[in-house]
Amino acid sequence: MYSILVLVGLSVLIFIIARILPGDPARLALGPFASQEMVARLRHRMGMDQPLYLQYVAYVGGIFHGDLGLSFQTRRSVSLDIAHYLPATFELVLVAIIWVLIIGVPFGVLAGRYKDSWLDNISRVVAFVGVAVPPFVVGLIGQLIFSYGLGILPTTGRLSLLTPMPPARTGLLILDSLIAGNFSAFGDALSHILLPSLAIAMTGIGQITRLTRGSVSDVLGKDYIEAARAFGIPNRYVTFKYMLKPSFIPPLTILGLTFASELGNAFLVEQVFSWPGMAKYGIQAILRKDFNAVMGVILIIGLAFVAVNFIVDVLAGYVDPRIRIQEES
Amino acid sequence: MVDQYMLEIRDLYVYFRVYEGISRVLDGVSLDVCKGERVGLAGETGCGKTVTMKTVMGALRIPPAIIPKGEVILDGQNVLKMSAKQLLQMKGTKVSMIFQDPMNALNPVFAVGTQLFDVIRFSNRHTSNGGKLSKKEILNRAITALDEVRLPDIKRILNSYPLELSGGMRQRVLIAMALVNGPSFLIADEPQTALDVTIGAQILDLLSELVRTKGISVLLITHNLGVIQETTERVNIMYAGQVAETAPTALLFENPKHPYSQGLLASVPRLTGGEIAEGIRGMVPDYTAVPSGCRFHPRCDHALPICSQKKPPLLLVEPDHLVGCWLYAKEGDAE
Repeated sequence: MYSILVLVGLSVLIFIIARILPGDPARLALGPFASQEMVARLRHRMGMDQPLYLQYVAYVGGIFHGDLGLSFQTRRSVSLDIAHYLPATFELVLVAIIWVLIIGVPFGVLAGRYKDSWLDNISRVVAFVGVAVPPFVVGLIGQLIFSYGLGILPTTGRLSLLTPMPPARTGLLILDSLIAGNFSAFGDALSHILLPSLAIAMTGIGQITRLTRGSVSDVLGKDYIEAARAFGIPNRYVTFKYMLKPSFIPPLTILGLTFASELGNAFLVEQVFSWPGMAKYGIQAILRKDFNAVMGVILIIGLAFVAVNFIVDVLAGYVDPRIRIQEES
Repeated sequence: MVDQYMLEIRDLYVYFRVYEGISRVLDGVSLDVCKGERVGLAGETGCGKTVTMKTVMGALRIPPAIIPKGEVILDGQNVLKMSAKQLLQMKGTKVSMIFQDPMNALNPVFAVGTQLFDVIRFSNRHTSNGGKLSKKEILNRAITALDEVRLPDIKRILNSYPLELSGGMRQRVLIAMALVNGPSFLIADEPQTALDVTIGAQILDLLSELVRTKGISVLLITHNLGVIQETTERVNIMYAGQVAETAPTALLFENPKHPYSQGLLASVPRLTGGEIAEGIRGMVPDYTAVPSGCRFHPRCDHALPICSQKKPPLLLVEPDHLVGCWLYAKEGDAE
């Protein structure tokens, strides 16, 4: 319910911002030598001579048909453009989230369980570096070391020029190459995505590690852990069942935010790695005041954010009966 | 005579390594609990009650804790020398615990039944007749246990999460968990403190009745002297990691010998009115820099020169009444 309100608010906001920014998109699209008439004709074709509220109604009406308007820049439907660029970004962020989960969470659990050990100290350094260093810098350093220095990872793109694209099913190259059973393409796609996805994931890994560590050490100090031990439940069982589940609640609840910040990180990192995703398209659109494209990009990101938070909420309710029962009553 | 004791703590020292140095918390604590006896351990906050209890449960983390000296003998076995496996077998089946705060002693994200079933399942893996229990047998034992603590609507409670139960119900569940595997010794750490006075009283009544019918020995830890008086047969007064006095409860309340016990009893307000409780001046000492000799001497109105030099032994002042205080020393005791 709230999600729908968020999306409506978002659409109004970006619509208004796009309209009140100075500069005429039609003039920008046609260039300084186009005649006044040509500009007026383009404005008419884009519906820009209509009152604002009618423009908004038309825009929202279009959304329900999957029509996000025309892009000034590519002269194509924004929906098609986004469908073209989105999978690359989605794949990048998805892999980054997987890194956060398989590196950040276990690392945090171990650091919290063995507090003040050497492992905890390493996790602290990694977390602070991850949070403090901007992702694109991580990306650049990674390129410097692994691509130019050691020459073991490619610098840019999603796939080598010589590797044929696997047939598109999901748009995610890793999945598509697996579905096609093409393991050389799979390895190639993996080696391309490794550096940019890690660069994007660094902040999230740092945050989740710290948060998980804190929540594990917090839970370990609780009476219910001591009680479970006092009642004769073996230590290992206490750790894996009674400690882990409550510890996962705080990191789970901020996973939605991590996803949002990773989408943001992706914009710069995609530039560094020439990743053919939404960033390139979105940044061009912003610079050219291609407002249908800008609104489309923002709307899709907003939609993804709302969807991820919905999933996170459902998961949190599954893990934590306190949330579930509160919502039921 | 030896096996008349359920618990014998002999001259136990427990220190902790902390940032400031070494925190000397327990300083030669000795106390006994006979079989079937209910013993109180009283003292103000921070006097070492919890550390004593954790040592008995084998739940101290070593390090930072150090146990330079002492024995903790539970039903004939030295807890301090047990392997991790032996400790695990002891918990739940031989000794169990009731916690102070029922709000925090149940895991919030698991149903009550899940937690109770695990307690039953694991403890019975080690028992001599051994083997796994069937699901039905576990469920039956769980139902019996919850029935014993007089919880209504047991099926619903098994499926409830702790947040759906009141504090009193949670404490009943915890008592059921503590007793379900038939321990012969129970440590109760202020079982009534976190509850409303009336609910707390109900819980204490229930607990007293259960331990009496099952013949369980109890060490009741509390700072509430009223609770001690009502529920125990013998009491140990503890001050700053030393046992100050030990006597049958009635005797001690009638005739406290140690200046600290006297002060403690005088600070209990009385229903009959009269003067407001006077209290004891000063505070429990910092354990990284404890007073030499008797740890109570800086707060004691009757301190003698020897009190700051030498720790008093436990002196027999009348049958079954021991006091750790130089005031009751006869000649030659100081040697």
